[in-house]
Amino acid sequence: MSEHMGDGTASVPGTATDAGSGPAPDTGDRNGGLGAVPRLEVDPLLDDPATRIVVCCGAGGVGKTTTAAALGVRAAERGRKVVVLTIDPARRLAQSMGIDQLDNVPRRVPGIEGDGELHAMMLDMKRTFDEIVEAHADPARARAILENPFYQSLSAGFAGTQEYMAMEKLGQLRTRDSWDLIVVDTPPSRSALDFLDAPKRLGSFLDGRFIKLLVAPARVGGRAGMKFLNAGMSMMTGTLGKLLGAQFLRDVQTFVAAMDTMFGGFRTRADATYRLLQAPGTAFLVVAAPERDALREAAYFVDRLAAERMPLAGLVLNRVHGSRAARLSAERALAVAENLEEGRIVDHAAGQTGQGGPEAASPETPVSPTDNGASAAAPMDSAVPPSVARLTAGLLRLHAERMQVLARERRTRDRFTALHPEVAVAEVPALPGDVHDLTGLRAIGARLASPEPPGAPATAPPPAGPTPPAGAA
Amino acid sequence: MSRLQVVSGKGGTGKTTVAAALALALAKEGKRTLLVEVEGRQGIAQLFETEPLPYEERKIAVAPGGGEVYALAIDAERALLDYLQMFYKLGGAGRALKKLGAIDFATTVAPGVRDVLLTGKACEAVRRRDKQGRYLYDHVVMDAPPTGRITRFLNVNDEVAGLARIGPIHNQAQAVMRVLKSPETAVHLVTLLEEMPVQETADGIAELRAAELPVGAVIVNMVRPQVLDEDAVRVARADHREDIVRALTAAGVSGAERLVAPLVEQAAAHAQRVELEREQRDVLAKLDVPAYELPLLGEGADLAGLYRLARQLRKLGVGA
Repeated sequence: MSEHMGDGTASVPGTATDAGSGPAPDTGDRNGGLGAVPRLEVDPLLDDPATRIVVCCGAGGVGKTTTAAALGVRAAERGRKVVVLTIDPARRLAQSMGIDQLDNVPRRVPGIEGDGELHAMMLDMKRTFDEIVEAHADPARARAILENPFYQSLSAGFAGTQEYMAMEKLGQLRTRDSWDLIVVDTPPSRSALDFLDAPKRLGSFLDGRFIKLLVAPARVGGRAGMKFLNAGMSMMTGTLGKLLGAQFLRDVQTFVAAMDTMFGGFRTRADATYRLLQAPGTAFLVVAAPERDALREAAYFVDRLAAERMPLAGLVLNRVHGSRAARLSAERALAVAENLEEGRIVDHAAGQTGQGGPEAASPETPVSPTDNGASAAAPMDSAVPPSVARLTAGLLRLHAERMQVLARERRTRDRFTALHPEVAVAEVPALPGDVHDLTGLRAIGARLASPEPPGAPATAPPPAGPTPPAGAA
Repeated sequence: MSRLQVVSGKGGTGKTTVAAALALALAKEGKRTLLVEVEGRQGIAQLFETEPLPYEERKIAVAPGGGEVYALAIDAERALLDYLQMFYKLGGAGRALKKLGAIDFATTVAPGVRDVLLTGKACEAVRRRDKQGRYLYDHVVMDAPPTGRITRFLNVNDEVAGLARIGPIHNQAQAVMRVLKSPETAVHLVTLLEEMPVQETADGIAELRAAELPVGAVIVNMVRPQVLDEDAVRVARADHREDIVRALTAAGVSGAERLVAPLVEQAAAHAQRVELEREQRDVLAKLDVPAYELPLLGEGADLAGLYRLARQLRKLGVGA
């Protein structure tokens, strides 16, 4: 993966990570204040024909699905034949890709520019499970399984089913080999790591010793030396029966008996999916927002992927705030705002600062000391009119708020990059609204891929033109 | 005033923070609250900057005014073993079951059992009394699973009743549902003033109502101050740039000519956001649920911020 990681040189001169100190240029450095942290280069990753699967993972609410969709749009418009597998998209995002009906089949997304194709689908976990059963059992047995109450609960509700079925679907899509690139979103789990564990867990349950013992204690007990286990089993099924109710246990037993021929298959499939995730054509993108919890989860994920030897391409940091007026600090902006509001700004040319405000308005603390005093040079004939003073103070307060958010986000991010300096990062500037059309996804994709630091247009509306990326429609 | 307060919300809305702040807010003078988490994340410990919580109720904070906050991280497996011990005296056998994978089966695969155990433990804490017959905890606040899963999580009866039609798990589910569907319980949903979480909140309320679970309040988190109104932004964008440059210069800001464009841009983005927020407030207003707003913490949700939110919740009277 390292060829995708771009300018990963260890030390870039003049890019201190402590971007908060000292006057920074208006646009910040080339990587949005990321200093020596390697930049995640999205386009080479998407363009590389060797990249076959991109997995977007991360905590809930960080924009995983939007990121997956935006990557899909971008890869398709750069000429690849892409399918995006989403798990639980927000309604309007799904509508924007024409996948708001649950039919578990990829649909071509209209409106993609260029030679590539984008297909999208939303996972229907129950349907996926049913299809596995139908494909691997004769019709009578399949019907028995599908009608079993335990199966019905398991396929619709078990906390790991969604994760298992997402990975199952990924395996199916990959096997069909109809697409150059599969972009997959991961389920909003209790923990972002669940989708790695669930297939194994479910596989080993359905496949495992316990369930087999549960169904066929006599058979196991019949073997030499296993009699003690038989006694233990009776005690155990008795206990479980008491606890869960005999009917429940019977349902489980019927289910397991019906599934018997498929058990080996579950383990095999789970193992195959796991190997697919480790394969060189797979790239994981950990998605986060510059918030403590999201980045903590991201850090766990990075460690876990390394432990599982799964290929991490980098971190996508969504909703990063920036400012083109970053050289004006929050403190300074607030001090000036206060002076303006209290009407303390008078004739500077005469060297007077009115009653009470020399410290804030003093030219000893200009933002940029090298600037040779536009303030002192500009003769003010009269005090600033109150309406303008109020307006300007408002702009400054707004700016101070922005700078505080920005500083907090940087601290949070720096904590992550200090622990994981090897992880390439792409920052995506915050947008004022939600994304729910192709234009918006395209704009997100451009921001993901662009070397522009988020410090530039930041949360400001899109630079110009009639196509605002979000919310305005 | 509900004794069990369940706090849910879309991921990223800060539901753990709000749950913790609510536990602090409800721990008024002489009161005691229990804050429980059910997802094994140790989010409470991180928030209160303490060691990971064991499966044991322990005091983690003193609220403004002197009330006490206890915390518990409920673990389904431990809850099941306790339960087996309590009802069947199955100390050693419980371990044997665990070794065989039966406990794992019951707490992770068997649908709904896990949720019954988690909600059951919380309801047990709600009903628990001391020797004098007083409730041990005045309130129990649960940091619950996210909005998308909350109805299913709480509606354990549906899940389990169909499968375990008799037996203690069935009875347990019935007892839990009696508490959860009573006025003793209130389910709060945390949201942000953004389209997706608001939509999810609206869906979540509809689902809770359909399941006859008591909806409490909508808590709008991380509300940013509205610094400039739209009129001001329009004025700034129009033809007052020179005035603004003059004002900045007069106030001693150098290089004002280069600052004015980004400042006005930020104001325009702010105005756009204010407008989007107004739309989302309108959506929330139509839900017919009391909504309360909590401010964005400039420094993030540290301990000081948590107490600030608690004071705000207390002032607003949320859950009380």
